[in-house]
Amino acid sequence: MLDITIGHYLTVGAVLFTLGVVGIFLNRKNVIIVLMSVELMLLAVNLNMISFSSFLGDLAGQVFSMLILTVAAAEAAIGLAIVVVFFRVRGTIAVEDINQMKG
Amino acid sequence: MIVQALMFYVFAAVAVAGAVMVISARNPVHSVLYLILVFFNAAGLFLLLGAEFLAMMLVIVYVGAVAVLFLFVVMMLDINTLRLREGFLQYLPTGAVVGLILLVELAMAGGGWVFASDVEELRAVPVLSEISNTEALGRVMYTDYLYPFQTAGVVLLVAMVGSIMLTLRRRPDARRQNIAAQLARHKKDTLEIKKVPSGGGI
Repeated sequence: MLDITIGHYLTVGAVLFTLGVVGIFLNRKNVIIVLMSVELMLLAVNLNMISFSSFLGDLAGQVFSMLILTVAAAEAAIGLAIVVVFFRVRGTIAVEDINQMKG
Repeated sequence: MIVQALMFYVFAAVAVAGAVMVISARNPVHSVLYLILVFFNAAGLFLLLGAEFLAMMLVIVYVGAVAVLFLFVVMMLDINTLRLREGFLQYLPTGAVVGLILLVELAMAGGGWVFASDVEELRAVPVLSEISNTEALGRVMYTDYLYPFQTAGVVLLVAMVGSIMLTLRRRPDARRQNIAAQLARHKKDTLEIKKVPSGGGI
C-alpha cells in the first residue's frame, strides 16, 4: 500500500484518460469543455510516458512527453481559434449545431 | 518513503476529483479553474516521479498559457450556461457505459502486462545519476533528438500562423491611417492661394 509502484501511476493515468473520454460524451453543448477533455487525455498520456521513463530509467520518455506537451498547446490554440470564429459566424458553440458540413 | 506515498495519494486523489469536476461543473469558468487544479496536481505527480523539468514545464505551459487561453475564450464568448447543461443526463448512460468499457479494457491490458526480460538493454537514453534531470534532458534534446525538437518548433509556428489567420478580421468600415497616401500629398494638390481684391469678394 505504501510502496508506490508503476501500477499506481498507470492507474491514475488510466482513470484520467477515461474521465476525458466520458467528458467528450457528456458535454454535447459546449465545444470548449470537449477541448478541455482532450487536454485531460493528453495529460494522462504524459503521465504514462513519464512514469515509464522514471521506473525504467530511460530519458526518451520525457523527451517525447515534452513533444506531446507542444502538440497539446498547439491543438488548444487552433481549437480555440476555430471556436471563436465559429461563434462569431453562428452565435453558438454547441456540438449538435455544428452540422453544416454533413453530406 | 511514507511521506512520498502519502503525497502520491493526495496528488492522485485531488487530480482525479478535479478531472471529475472539469467534465461535470455547471459553469465553464469553474471547469477551467478545476482544470488548473488538475494540472497543478499532475505537476506534483511528475515531481514525485523525478521529472522536475517537465513538472515546471507543465505549470508554465499548461497553467500559464493553455488554461489562461481557455479562460480568456470562455469569458469572451457570451454563452448561456443554462442552455449548455441541457442533455447532460440524456448522454450520461452512454458516456458511463463507454467509460466503464474503456476502463475495464485498460485494466485488462495493464493486468496482463509484464516488463520484457531485456528491458535494461533496450533503453534509448539511460539516466545518469550524477547529473540533474534538466541537464540530462538538455544533453539529449539538442543532440540525439534534434530533429523531433525542431519539428515541435515548426508545429508551434504553424499553430501560431493558423490561429492568427483564423481570428484576424479586416473590417471594411474601419478608418485606418494610410501613411503612403499621406506622404504622397503635395501642397499644390490641396492648397490654392487666391488673390482677393479688397472689397470685391471671391
